[in-house]
Amino acid sequence: MNRIGIDVGGTNTDAVLLEDERVRHAVKTPTTPDVMSGIRTALARLLERAAPAPAIDAVMIGTTHFTNAVVQRRDLSRVAAIRIGLPASASLPPFVDWPEDLAELVRGEVHMLAGGHEYDGRPIVPFDTAGMREVARRIRASGIRSVGITSVFSPLNGSCELEAEAILREACPDVAVTLSHRLGRLGLLERENVTLLNACLRDLAHSTTRAFVDALAASGIRAPLYLTQNDGTVMLASEAEAYPVYSFASGPTNSMRGAAFLSKREDAIVVDVGGTTSDIGSLRHGFPREANGVAEVGGVRTLFRMPDLLSLGLGGGSLVAEEPPAVGPRSVGYLLTEQSRVFGGDRLTATDIAVAAGLADLGNRGRVADLAPALIRACVARMHAMIEEGVDRMKADASAVPLIVVGGGSFLVPEQIPGISEVVHVPHQAVANAVGAAIAQVSGEVDQVFQGLTRDEALAEARRLAEAKATRAGADPATLAVVEVEDLPIAYLPGNSLRVRLRVVGDIAARP
Amino acid sequence: MSTTSLSARQIESLALGAWILGTGGGGSPYHGLLNLRQLYKQGARVQVMDPADLADDAAVAVVSTMGAPLVMQERMVDPGPMVESVRAMERYVGRRFDAVMAVEIGGSNALQPCQIGAVTGLPVVDADAMGRAFPEAQMTSFAIHDLPMAPLTLVDVRDNAVIVARAASWKWMERLSRKACVEVGSIAATCKAPRTGRDVKECGILYTVSKAIRLGETVQAARAAHRDPVQAVLDAEGGRRLFGGKIRDVERRTTEGFLRGTATLDGLDQDRGRSFRLAFQNEFAVGWLDGRPVVMTPDLICVMDAVSGEAIGTETLRYGQRVVVVALPAPPILLTPKGLEHVGPRAFGYDLEFRSVFAEAR
Repeated sequence: MNRIGIDVGGTNTDAVLLEDERVRHAVKTPTTPDVMSGIRTALARLLERAAPAPAIDAVMIGTTHFTNAVVQRRDLSRVAAIRIGLPASASLPPFVDWPEDLAELVRGEVHMLAGGHEYDGRPIVPFDTAGMREVARRIRASGIRSVGITSVFSPLNGSCELEAEAILREACPDVAVTLSHRLGRLGLLERENVTLLNACLRDLAHSTTRAFVDALAASGIRAPLYLTQNDGTVMLASEAEAYPVYSFASGPTNSMRGAAFLSKREDAIVVDVGGTTSDIGSLRHGFPREANGVAEVGGVRTLFRMPDLLSLGLGGGSLVAEEPPAVGPRSVGYLLTEQSRVFGGDRLTATDIAVAAGLADLGNRGRVADLAPALIRACVARMHAMIEEGVDRMKADASAVPLIVVGGGSFLVPEQIPGISEVVHVPHQAVANAVGAAIAQVSGEVDQVFQGLTRDEALAEARRLAEAKATRAGADPATLAVVEVEDLPIAYLPGNSLRVRLRVVGDIAARP
Repeated sequence: MSTTSLSARQIESLALGAWILGTGGGGSPYHGLLNLRQLYKQGARVQVMDPADLADDAAVAVVSTMGAPLVMQERMVDPGPMVESVRAMERYVGRRFDAVMAVEIGGSNALQPCQIGAVTGLPVVDADAMGRAFPEAQMTSFAIHDLPMAPLTLVDVRDNAVIVARAASWKWMERLSRKACVEVGSIAATCKAPRTGRDVKECGILYTVSKAIRLGETVQAARAAHRDPVQAVLDAEGGRRLFGGKIRDVERRTTEGFLRGTATLDGLDQDRGRSFRLAFQNEFAVGWLDGRPVVMTPDLICVMDAVSGEAIGTETLRYGQRVVVVALPAPPILLTPKGLEHVGPRAFGYDLEFRSVFAEAR
């Protein structure tokens, strides 16, 4: 099986060709403003090296394009928000906790209708279908092309959202519709926020996916195209374009998954040392541990599948202060090769310290020969302490685990760390992201409250539901395994209520 | 009657301080805060009054939201039913209220009187009946003083209203109202037994709204000055740092409608090599240092993020968090023999003789 993994980052577009479990070729090219030509260049160079061109079974692309659009407030569409749940939750309408500048760009129309469900599946009140017809007419008149629909307790019962979509489609057959129960977890505001973020990215997702498909066609590759998701799994591009939010954190996820694959370790801490930050995550069974709580994207509170990451203000470009000795969080970033001392500049960076201390062999070592040994020692000690503390924070328990190091600034990581069994450096670490994309699998997840079942029955039912979801998404059912299960008894609710979160993953089903 | 208008900034501080006083429970005040931010934008203001200014025969509404925290994440609490629970009580007892107060200053219930006050103009009394958060209806200073538990009104969003006219005991009040609450979706606005100005002055826990605001301001000021917010809270409130460490294990279970469980912490820095165990029943109840009980309810046991000073709830405890466990002094009424019957360790099923962290310090 030959798979191509591509990582479209802010600076570089990387591509790797994976033959079964082996990295055959890897290339790194600059990301282009149109995205597409950068991918074409990367693919052309990759295929050139692999000549004669092998048959490719699948292409996986990971991108930070959609997160960047939200953070930078660009290429976002105006959307209509529909909330179903009145008379409940009336005082906190959609967009209530968005940063005002982003809300101004995205908030087209806001409609709130009677309906929704209780925690036990009973309706709060009957769904106001007449009101929904009127809303559909207004949306048609407004010319808005993307709609986000959120109903109270829809993760337990999505029927109001489905009915609203059907009514909307009668009036506006062409609008893009995002339903909250397909995206998020319990927590109305956060799920609605994810839904509306997704809705405002639908146009961009469509045009970007188009560019990916065109780039692939132009390079002559005939293989299914997948987009990688926050949790290290993939969706067919044709389906993924409806869920751009699921790729928000795919960059760090792919980097961690790639690190696991390249080091052949399933349970470890991973540190990715870049130019400005070090991102630390925790791998369990080869997948990143998920963040439990609220994660902010561009200032919006969200709650969905995201890796738990700790970002430290320490990278190869971090600026060093001499009096008193301090490192970061300010950084020269991608200007490292122009501005740092060893590369001929006049700014003192973490990289300069590492070269002076003999930890790295980069640029002109003579340009840091004048640094005081005491300053070098103090800065190295500070950097090592930051990484040690960060690594320890991300550990799930006290037992010693391996630490996998990737990224351009990996020489900042000490070789001995308390609580770490070994520090592992991997081949191809500079393209770990693209490798992580290439190896992605398909997942299915359930997060639901079960009542009147024993714990074992509830877990079995959750597993059945998750496996069905994964199979629908393209997984080979024979390869599905549970990678995460968590159950939380719910205070105050009667009848043995148990909230179960369970996730299965499997390989992509072989294509005929 | 003189009142003070709370600024938008004080509302933010109140929410932050109330979450700390929630001692792990009480629910996050985030939604109430969002609602108040909106009401403030529309020009509404919350008036707070000194309990000393209450006339002896003034009528005070005591309010809270009853329900499951998980349900509150989906069905957010609106001021409409909160106000209606108060109006329903006024109609039932045939008298208008002069002021409104929280039964519980810890967690989301701290903001409920403010939401009602912002909408109706009723002043909010600077007091509550717990001085923190507790899981059960009889765990209030009013119950400790044997004030009557009935009547109670319970209102939902659909305009259903239930009045519990009498209850044979606090236990019965809890059973009857809980049943009604579950039926309307495990979330309802309630107005507890009305209190007179004299009741509040003699049996309430006074100045807890100001205390929560002050706590919030302490944390905000420390963060702005890049000082340690946990230490700032300890200094300002006369609290004690009990343990600093990392959460190693969390075990939760639901029994009799409560979230119970334990969390185990491994020490860091000056506590390296020691371990701390916390037991919780919605709120943190008892803490053991190396197997020896060192802190117990009703002393306030707060778990705070070691860096941000943000309070951490029993539902959001998780592996790997760096936390500091601190104790804050409990209101004196809770430390009396009668108070300890209601809220001491035995009331939570721990066969321990109450010993205050602060008694030890003296």
